[in-house]
Amino acid sequence: MGTVEIRPAPHIRGERTVEKIMLNVVYSLVPVCLFYIYQYGISAFASILVVTGACLLTERWFVKTGTQSGNLADYSATITGMLLALTLPPGFPLWMGAVAGFVAIALGKGLFGGLGFNVFNPALVGRAFVQAAFPTAIATYTPSFLPGRFLEFIPSSLAWPLMMPADAATWLKAKQLDALAGATPLAKWKFEGILAEAGDLLTSLAGHMAVGPSPLLILACGAYLAFRRYLDWRIPTAILGGAGAVAWLLYLFGPGHYPNPFFMLFSGGLILGAVYMATDMATSPVTPRGMWIYGGLIGLLTVVIRYYSGLPEGVMYAILIGNAATPLIERITQPAPFGKGVFGGARKGASYPLHPGYISREEAGAVTPKKRILKNKPKADERRTPNS
Amino acid sequence: MSSATTTRGWDEFMEGIWKQNPVFVMVLGMCPTLAVTVSAINAISMGIATTFVLIASCGLVSLMRRIVPKEVRIATYIVIIATFVTAVDYFIQAISLALYDALGAFIQLIVVNCIILGRAEAHASKTPPLPAMVNAAGMGAGFTIGLLALGVVREILGNGTLFGLSLFGAGFQPWVIMVLPPGGFFVLGTWLLFFAWRARRKQSAEVTQHA
Repeated sequence: MGTVEIRPAPHIRGERTVEKIMLNVVYSLVPVCLFYIYQYGISAFASILVVTGACLLTERWFVKTGTQSGNLADYSATITGMLLALTLPPGFPLWMGAVAGFVAIALGKGLFGGLGFNVFNPALVGRAFVQAAFPTAIATYTPSFLPGRFLEFIPSSLAWPLMMPADAATWLKAKQLDALAGATPLAKWKFEGILAEAGDLLTSLAGHMAVGPSPLLILACGAYLAFRRYLDWRIPTAILGGAGAVAWLLYLFGPGHYPNPFFMLFSGGLILGAVYMATDMATSPVTPRGMWIYGGLIGLLTVVIRYYSGLPEGVMYAILIGNAATPLIERITQPAPFGKGVFGGARKGASYPLHPGYISREEAGAVTPKKRILKNKPKADERRTPNS
Repeated sequence: MSSATTTRGWDEFMEGIWKQNPVFVMVLGMCPTLAVTVSAINAISMGIATTFVLIASCGLVSLMRRIVPKEVRIATYIVIIATFVTAVDYFIQAISLALYDALGAFIQLIVVNCIILGRAEAHASKTPPLPAMVNAAGMGAGFTIGLLALGVVREILGNGTLFGLSLFGAGFQPWVIMVLPPGGFFVLGTWLLFFAWRARRKQSAEVTQHA
């Protein structure tokens, strides 16, 4: 006789599992990674390989020591590694990439308890760490589409562990390109006042621009995921809409002082961040209204950091701040399950707990971590009366 | 009998180094722990300065434990501690101005280091002078070891040096974050994690032995 399972609704089980969602995200990232390798050659390939490898090894170690849920087969660490590699410069020293991958999984995910328990996007935690630790290396970009890129490493990639990378400027001079060619469009605009064409930024194909993979391709891959309902279209729309609206307003007031909104949208990592990083299910709100607020906040912060701070790029910190605000956003946007209150909000006492763990565990039967740390803790009553 | 007293004295001393280590177990005195451990030499000087104040003030508090009225004991302890801190402050200024500048306000802030006041209140005020001072010496040594554990890691990664000696040659890539405040938190957290992991492993080994 089989076991009878008694549990509350919902009783219909969907086809979606954590593994399936993650695997689809990996598939959609493959074209983006291939384009990145096409742009920067063997260095980009090695970077993706090393960073993803470091993420997987760290994940394996944390799962093995029993402090985190999930396993390697759920592909979440693979996504973290690929995304992290895409946000780093192509000539980023490989050993620093390994450090970034380790910190991303260890600090961003493992210490929180693994998949679904992390507060911040792990890839961005890793990137924030290496940005603070190695500020020069992470700002050093090299031009794309260099001749011979499939046979020759960018020299800074192959720095020995703990050692300083080789100077990119001298290498570029030997290739008859000036050092300025290595600056990203955002840095060029911020520090030199040179504006790149929005159309060129959209395809990443014009000349030797030091940019990431084509935003158009990322949007196409994101559209596939959104169409299959593996990510929520509201978040990228809200981020791009928010950033575009703020940039457009500022452009209206000071066209000479601020760049046009399309430059804002297509430069830097905004598209990659909006489509792949901010939509991380564990770190973004689950309520529809919350998604709009969350996305709008990230868009606004991105523009503010880009225009008014010393940093040329602000997507990373904007998303991390958005992640931190997620629990609060969810709390103020609880839907009313039964009827509406006087002012259209939820009636008091009528809300139920809504958090990612509630939904994903119910849906996928994900394994929760065993709390081994507290296994031997004495029971409260034992502690109180040791002699009786 | 003499061996029994030595063991007790040894236990008093080792309490601060291992079982009740101020940095890694009691997590006291975090302000200097995070702020001055940028290099190993700063860490060790801070540790020694604190140890001296700790031993001297615990000895004096212990001597005066029967005369001080209960109502004003904290104020008395603070005056005693502040006296020794002032002495240490002038002493460091006299021997090395560079070190004095590197440690900055944290020398004067030894006054409010909760390890010292905590030891005076919890231990020295109830114990005869000699064991109190031995215990204080152990606590000071434990604090110094804790600071050194942070300082060594932060100096090696943040600067590529140990006690000012270059370890990796000229091409070293410094980890800027390690000499900034976040680096202190990261290294302290990693050490705490290491000790927690050790304790957990020991505990589970004991459980399997009993079972």
